[in-house]
Amino acid sequence: MPPERTPPAVLAVRDVTRRFGGLVAVDRVSLALERGAVHAVIGTNGAGKSTLVNVIAGELAATAGEVALNGVDVTHWPQPRRARAGIGRSYQRTTIFPRFSVYENCRLCAQARRQAPWNWWTKAERDDASADLARDALARAGLAAFGGHVAGVLSHGQKRQLEIAMCLATSPEVLLLDEPLAGMGPEESERMLALLESLKPGHAVLLVEHDMDAVFRIADRITVMVNGGVIASGAPAAVRADPSVQSAYLGEAAA
Amino acid sequence: MDLPTFLVQCLNAVQYGLLLFLVASGLTLIFGIMGVINLAHGSFYMIGAYLAYALAPFVAQHLGGGFFTALFLGLVLAVAFGYALEWGFVSYLYERDHLQQVLMTYGLILVFEELRSLLLGDDVHGVQPPGWLTGSVPLGDLMTYPVYRLFMSGVCIAVALALYAVIARTRIGMAIRAGASNREMVQSLGVDIRFLYRVVFAAGVALAVLAGMIAAPVSSVYPGMGNQVLIISFVVVVIGGIGSIRGAFLASLLVGIVDTFGKVLFPQAAGVLVYVLMAAILLWRPEGLFRQG
Amino acid sequence: MTRVQSLLRRAGPEIAVTLLLAAFPWFGGKFYVDLATTIMILAVFALSLEVLVGATGLVSFGHAAFFGVAAYAATLLSPKAAAASVLWLLPASVLAAAAFAAVVGALSLRTRGIYFIMVTLAFAQMAYYVFHDTKLGGGSDGIYLYVKPVLAIGGATLVSLDQPLAFYYTTLACLVATFAFLAVVLRSRFGHALAGIRANEVRMRAAGYSTYPYKLAAFVLAGGLAGVAGFLYAVKDGFVNPEILSWHQSGAVLLMIILGGVGRLRGAVLGAFAFALLKELFQSEAIFGPLARHWQLLLGFAIIGCVALMPEGLIGLPAQLRRARLRAGAPRAA
Repeated sequence: MPPERTPPAVLAVRDVTRRFGGLVAVDRVSLALERGAVHAVIGTNGAGKSTLVNVIAGELAATAGEVALNGVDVTHWPQPRRARAGIGRSYQRTTIFPRFSVYENCRLCAQARRQAPWNWWTKAERDDASADLARDALARAGLAAFGGHVAGVLSHGQKRQLEIAMCLATSPEVLLLDEPLAGMGPEESERMLALLESLKPGHAVLLVEHDMDAVFRIADRITVMVNGGVIASGAPAAVRADPSVQSAYLGEAAA
Repeated sequence: MDLPTFLVQCLNAVQYGLLLFLVASGLTLIFGIMGVINLAHGSFYMIGAYLAYALAPFVAQHLGGGFFTALFLGLVLAVAFGYALEWGFVSYLYERDHLQQVLMTYGLILVFEELRSLLLGDDVHGVQPPGWLTGSVPLGDLMTYPVYRLFMSGVCIAVALALYAVIARTRIGMAIRAGASNREMVQSLGVDIRFLYRVVFAAGVALAVLAGMIAAPVSSVYPGMGNQVLIISFVVVVIGGIGSIRGAFLASLLVGIVDTFGKVLFPQAAGVLVYVLMAAILLWRPEGLFRQG
Repeated sequence: MTRVQSLLRRAGPEIAVTLLLAAFPWFGGKFYVDLATTIMILAVFALSLEVLVGATGLVSFGHAAFFGVAAYAATLLSPKAAAASVLWLLPASVLAAAAFAAVVGALSLRTRGIYFIMVTLAFAQMAYYVFHDTKLGGGSDGIYLYVKPVLAIGGATLVSLDQPLAFYYTTLACLVATFAFLAVVLRSRFGHALAGIRANEVRMRAAGYSTYPYKLAAFVLAGGLAGVAGFLYAVKDGFVNPEILSWHQSGAVLLMIILGGVGRLRGAVLGAFAFALLKELFQSEAIFGPLARHWQLLLGFAIIGCVALMPEGLIGLPAQLRRARLRAGAPRAA
């Protein structure tokens, strides 16, 4: 490790392993997320990327290894607790509230930090803090004009934007984004990339993606996974030049 | 409790458990493969018992047969009925949510009960087993045991083995096992899912009807019998794990033991013990002993 | 002034119905007042289940258990010779129901989907057998509530619940209070969280909500409110038997909410009225003659028909018809 080390990792993943019976889906994966940087995780289908995200988020328990948020060991914390502590995630398959308004989608997520469940007499909309957070998140995601729309009628690209907005509404420190560009056309992808770029300051981002162009444009570090294990990790240029990555994933025609 | 009584109760427990398995296996297959919660399953059991009662004179008069002819005829009718019911009613339940399925099949229970009341009345009836199955046999020199109950257990074991053979060894069994874990996948693999569902449902109905028919001589034929069996079958399926035949088998025996010995040892609490068992297992394994898929 | 105006606009139908029900005893005979009282009790029962099914998405097939536990508690706790005070009897009954709901909920909520439905059914059966097989509640014969409670403050008896009219208005007050209470709760942060859990529990957990405590709270709330209905039921006829815990009761209350329209408080009340009236209709020999004896057959077909054809219930019928008309009149896509 170079002595002039960059700021300490916000999220540290150490030797995380996840087994399903005999199948090892994630095999001793380690990585670190730093504030203000995008760390992309790429790999072939079935490489274990989504499983890794699920383990870090807390939806799946790790069979072995540790996950630490700002130095605190959260490996055995349930997902909601990790979310409240600052680990937010988006899903590969759009996971929104289709019948609620776009605004309510975000407000409900923002409310997670200010739940006050015993207060049953105050209307939810009167909670100004979550209202402001929701409006902020929508604005950042470029959906400010759509607040009143029912979420289900949005276009696919807009729904993916909403997915990010809902993630932002919880004021996370860490963003785990699972294929945010999935199913998007070129224009929508551009918008999403600009959004992701704008998210960098203030957040530590883990980006799982298939779109190679996008990854190499936006990522500060790249980790390559094959069959559950890491075969390369580092700066984009180094990863691109790595022969094992080239043969396993990018194909023989190297850039 | 002395040894002969204990052994008799053991046999009773196993016999009851095996009978439950017949009913519960159909229920768990229908839940697991088709994702349909079918409250009317207990009605099939009741229909089986009433079929045994109603077919006996008919078969004796027109076909010159006895108990086994009635049994065979009942099974044929059951398969046809199950096939038709799936085609005409159950197939509309697949896309609906659980609440709607629960209520629609609950309505079906009411319809079956009242139709039975209209056609066959509300009296309690007995059914005579064939002559060579009545009486008791000595088991060792400790005790005697009713032959018919041994016959019941024998039938259930035979059915269990047949089920195992079909599910583990045949192509349709493979489709069933796959369907229990991942319905969409099976469909996309080109298996004719409609036909598979119809077969599974008809088989489930036939199993419950068979159970009712062979139980009739022992438990008599009475109006509320379907409901009682239904709820116990639910407990068995929950304990065993939805979609798992192995789980249903184990859970049935477990429930049989708890219920039978419960009635003997704690007669006041007998009805409650099975639910306490279920609660205990849920604390340990919220998705049953052998969760599938 | 605008707050009152907006309240009137939003709650117009509810206020109208309340006034109608309040005025009803003036033009309804004794039989109809009695029927209306029963329906209002059922409406409270249906509202309590709405919290679980409509607001939180938990389909429980054992809700009658909490209704029954409260009814039995009210009956068992009432002294045989003197009138108990509503001020402690009602809370005690509700507490009994809520306590049982806490235990059942804590265990059942570890399961989901089909398992949850079956587990709640099984627990209700357990309660049924406790009352049916043991001497606790007089067994299958049931027990009597000999002296109905009174609402008394400081020795002065304000309302004596054995008067049918007084009981009618007490029940109406409970219905209105329950409805208003739930309307407020479902609008709160807690209520919105429940709605989120029903819509997409995965997303709620990812956002930071621990969903189990919320579901348990909803379960206990629903159980307690069912207890209010159970208390009223016990006091009304002064008699309870184990059949009120049967799964037929649980099925009936589920039917009420789907008949009225799941997800709406108004639907629960409407469904209770519709169900009770349907039952009366099917049991009427004047209309159905000898078939009326087998009214459950008609009810069974009605259930299947209603669920199949009106998935959004009566409340959703205008919208359903509107959509059908739109689709029928829409030009064919090019």
